[in-house]
Amino acid sequence: MFLALRELIFARGRFALMGVVVALIAILMVLLSGLTVGLVNDGVSGLQRLPATSLAVQDGVSKDSAFSRSVVSTDAVETWREQPGVEDAAPFGNALVNARTDQDVEIDLALWGVETGSYLDPEVAEGKALAGEGEVVVSATAAEEGVEIGDTITIDPSGYQLEVVGILADQHTFGHVDIGYLPLRTWQEVKAGVRDGDVVPDRVYDEITAVAVRAEDGAEVDLAAGDEAAGTESMTIKDSYGASPGYTAETSTLQLVQGFLYAISALVIGAFFTVLTVQRKQEISVLRAMGASTSYLLRDSLAQSLILLVVSVAVGVGIGVAAGAALASTPMPFALEAAPIAGASALLIGLGVAGAAVAVLRITRVDPLSALGGSR
Amino acid sequence: MTTILSMSDVTLLHGDGEETVTALDHVDLEVAAGELVAVVGPSGAGKSSLLAVAGALTRPTSGAVRLGDVDLVTAKDRDLTRLRRERIGFVFQSGNLVPALTSLDQLRLPLTFGKVADARDPQELLEAVGMGHKAKRRPHQLSGGERQRIGIARALVTRPQVLLVDEPTAALDRQRSQDVVGLLAHETHEQGVATIMVTHDHDVLHHCDRVLEMIDGRLSPVRVTAS
Repeated sequence: MFLALRELIFARGRFALMGVVVALIAILMVLLSGLTVGLVNDGVSGLQRLPATSLAVQDGVSKDSAFSRSVVSTDAVETWREQPGVEDAAPFGNALVNARTDQDVEIDLALWGVETGSYLDPEVAEGKALAGEGEVVVSATAAEEGVEIGDTITIDPSGYQLEVVGILADQHTFGHVDIGYLPLRTWQEVKAGVRDGDVVPDRVYDEITAVAVRAEDGAEVDLAAGDEAAGTESMTIKDSYGASPGYTAETSTLQLVQGFLYAISALVIGAFFTVLTVQRKQEISVLRAMGASTSYLLRDSLAQSLILLVVSVAVGVGIGVAAGAALASTPMPFALEAAPIAGASALLIGLGVAGAAVAVLRITRVDPLSALGGSR
Repeated sequence: MTTILSMSDVTLLHGDGEETVTALDHVDLEVAAGELVAVVGPSGAGKSSLLAVAGALTRPTSGAVRLGDVDLVTAKDRDLTRLRRERIGFVFQSGNLVPALTSLDQLRLPLTFGKVADARDPQELLEAVGMGHKAKRRPHQLSGGERQRIGIARALVTRPQVLLVDEPTAALDRQRSQDVVGLLAHETHEQGVATIMVTHDHDVLHHCDRVLEMIDGRLSPVRVTAS
């Protein structure tokens, strides 16, 4: 480190230039990470907070549209509840609606129908839990948009009216839309587009989107056997993320961008240290002639790249987190989480050191003989 | 006087096949402690090859090379690296200092390569070569003669038994050349180092105890002529 530190200080201009590039990459990486987490939250936070372990949807329905197209009979709930390893099963309904409150707040909602008192019935942070027909409790993010307890929500185009009785503790969204939980029968009427005074056919009260199954702690439910018995098709909660509108497209795009970012940073660092090592060739041959071992020179150069990377990534992450905190208060889907940022920083540093290592391995090929100039 | 470095019947061939160049041709040389030996000769005569073999940078094609009790021909590469670190000092053309380091750090650098028993104190050594007042300067802030003094001090900081000097005055004017070679002679005699100096500069030969001429890889004695 003797030489590494002194060269960092002596050639601080060029190292700073490289450091700025790495720091900018780190900033970009923090912002992308925040955007990824934000989009995931926006897309599937409702599913993440659903206490179920798997969802049984209509057999044969395309997975991409399972949440909008699936229709399952309520009879399947009972069949699933009796499967071995299943702690509980409850009916679950999903419907995307356009709505307006009586305070003239326009809002899109994912209405999730649950049986009151079932394990899916959510606890509220404000107001009261679902009790009777025509009530709805909404995500904390809907409250941020101006939906308040006591508001009446009118659903377009049927004119069906719901009363907001409670606000949930956290963000509950699905496909970038706020979730409102409502009693199953109310949901079934909304889903069927029932208007005031309509005669509702009985089959409406028999149809749900899926059976939400909750496995016993540590138990593995035989989903195939359950599907066989209930005539459904199961997906685990994690698999169901992919069925959320836009989820796969968004996350895979961002992952691709991040992948390129890592590759670019490794290559840029590699190129920088390659040029640096080539420039130092004469100096390295002199050091080797003086008795510096190859491992001494490699350790020194790698320590140099590690110092450069750690300092610039730390600066970049610092700036990125500060910028991200400002972004998080905007409506942009953005959320900073420590774990993905720490992981990405480690990856950035690791790949950077790998790039530098490939470059400084040139040291092993420098011949100490070339230190003797002139008349050889 | 004790012989430190001995080469006997050393031949070094460069290249292979029909394009072989004989860099050293059956060279015999013994250098004793405290002796400054100059090697003169035209470019391409093999002077640098002599330093390379004596400094354990390359193994001869045939012949024997010994530094004290170590056989440089059969020793392992790792041992040769340690030998260069502990017992051999190199002085290069125009100093070849590390640009990033101050004068004092140039001298401390060889001591970071590994453990060196009984190293000289860098600050004192810097004073001894008359560079104590420029301890914090970097090479680009020094003159050619000053750089060469630092280069000599750097080679001596590990108390080497052998000092190998490659064209120390190549970039220096007449007066500075005299100063630098004078310093080399002084340190060689005072520290009891076996020194080989390759040079083109006939004006500095009066500082040397012995002068050898190398022509086409063959080494032969020359009478010292006062300049």
